[in-house]
Amino acid sequence: MGEFIRVAWLVMQKDLTVEIRSREIVSTTVFFAISCVLVFAFALVKDGRTVVDAAAGILWIAIAFSGTLALGRTFERERYTDTLRALMLAPADRPAIYVGKLLAIVAMILVTEALLVPLVALMFQAALFDAPLLLGAILLTGTLGFAAVGTLFAAMLVRARSRDVLLPVLLYPITIPVIIGGVRGTAALLGTPTDVAMAQFWIGLLSFFDVVFIVLSLWTFEPLMTE
Amino acid sequence: MNAAFDRLTLTDVSRNFGRRRALSRVSFSCASGDIFGLLGHNGAGKSTLLAILATLLRPSSGQVRYGAHSATRGGAAVRASLGLLGHELQLYPELTAAENLRFFARLYGLSDVQARVRDALAAAALADRADDVVSGFSRGMRQRLALERTLLHDPRLLLLDEPFTGLDQASAAALIRRLRGLAAAGRIVIVATHDLDLAEGLLTRSVILREGRVAALHEDGLAVRARYEAALRPQRAAS
Repeated sequence: MGEFIRVAWLVMQKDLTVEIRSREIVSTTVFFAISCVLVFAFALVKDGRTVVDAAAGILWIAIAFSGTLALGRTFERERYTDTLRALMLAPADRPAIYVGKLLAIVAMILVTEALLVPLVALMFQAALFDAPLLLGAILLTGTLGFAAVGTLFAAMLVRARSRDVLLPVLLYPITIPVIIGGVRGTAALLGTPTDVAMAQFWIGLLSFFDVVFIVLSLWTFEPLMTE
Repeated sequence: MNAAFDRLTLTDVSRNFGRRRALSRVSFSCASGDIFGLLGHNGAGKSTLLAILATLLRPSSGQVRYGAHSATRGGAAVRASLGLLGHELQLYPELTAAENLRFFARLYGLSDVQARVRDALAAAALADRADDVVSGFSRGMRQRLALERTLLHDPRLLLLDEPFTGLDQASAAALIRRLRGLAAAGRIVIVATHDLDLAEGLLTRSVILREGRVAALHEDGLAVRARYEAALRPQRAAS
């Protein structure tokens, strides 16, 4: 177990170092997510009023779209330099490599969310910060579930010619439960008063999805990565 | 953890990609001390064969044995004994030379990482560029660094895909000396190359592939170019 954690940490650390040097993924996902929120804000907000729960939906649409961008780009980088083959050839546990990549992607998406949430709160006049711990838990569990499936698919498709098209086509239908859970959980926080019980229910459900997706991904990563 | 072996044996190895057959019943073996050439035109199956030998690709049929081990059963122990230098150099351009080596040394769970990294940088003649990011290196410098990255864990079987690409004459000569040294130390070195001038005098044995099949298998390293041209002549005549 110690070896597993060591390898996962090493891979995560490497991915984050590469990202800190290039700032490529976070800058493009932040730009994309902000553009997405602004377009929806101009379309849906009239005279300072908006559709009920629109903020929750827009937030998770922006997370899903920008997350897909981050997933694709992370593995495109490994494909371009052929370093994914070097990682696969190492005698390390391949599931540990998957976990390392997953943690790095989650960290990058969370950075995007840290900028996205205040923007959504501002543009949609949404009380997203009334229950910050619950919001943090929903964002973390939702992002983890989305990225768990996304990391597996992005790694699997890295050598496919039409990977950019196939990734969302495969990813969105499977992660629909996570995105719905994120939207409903976030919407529960926006009511007056905050529906804490409902938010906690969705956090529980999202945690369940996380466990299922991560276990399935750990189980299938090695066979999928050996052609 | 390393799988110690002194012989690599391929028996009737085939690989299909959909309906296309990339390799067809390829058989040969090589032993410690061999510098074994994989020769053939583009698309002959050399890179597919290297990927199979590196355990990154499963053969559709046939068997590859690393001494007493197979790729499926040997798993991590076999991988720990392999070194692959692909046509792409498998280095992170955003990391420095030292960081690249350190990352792979730790990934392989090697001991005494700092000393190994220092030695590898010295062997690549990049000790003075250790803290420079790889994206600023020339192709030749990256090639030398990638070779040392491949050798960090002292692999029993070294697989090289076009290792002379981008090297100047002095670097190519240094690489040839290095490969001879590794073979003399009991490693199995397999080189896929188009460069027959450099292969001449370097290879101790070779196989020539044509459309995924073994066109010729040579048990010595003599007259590589003449034999290569002879083996592929019927194809040219036919085309």
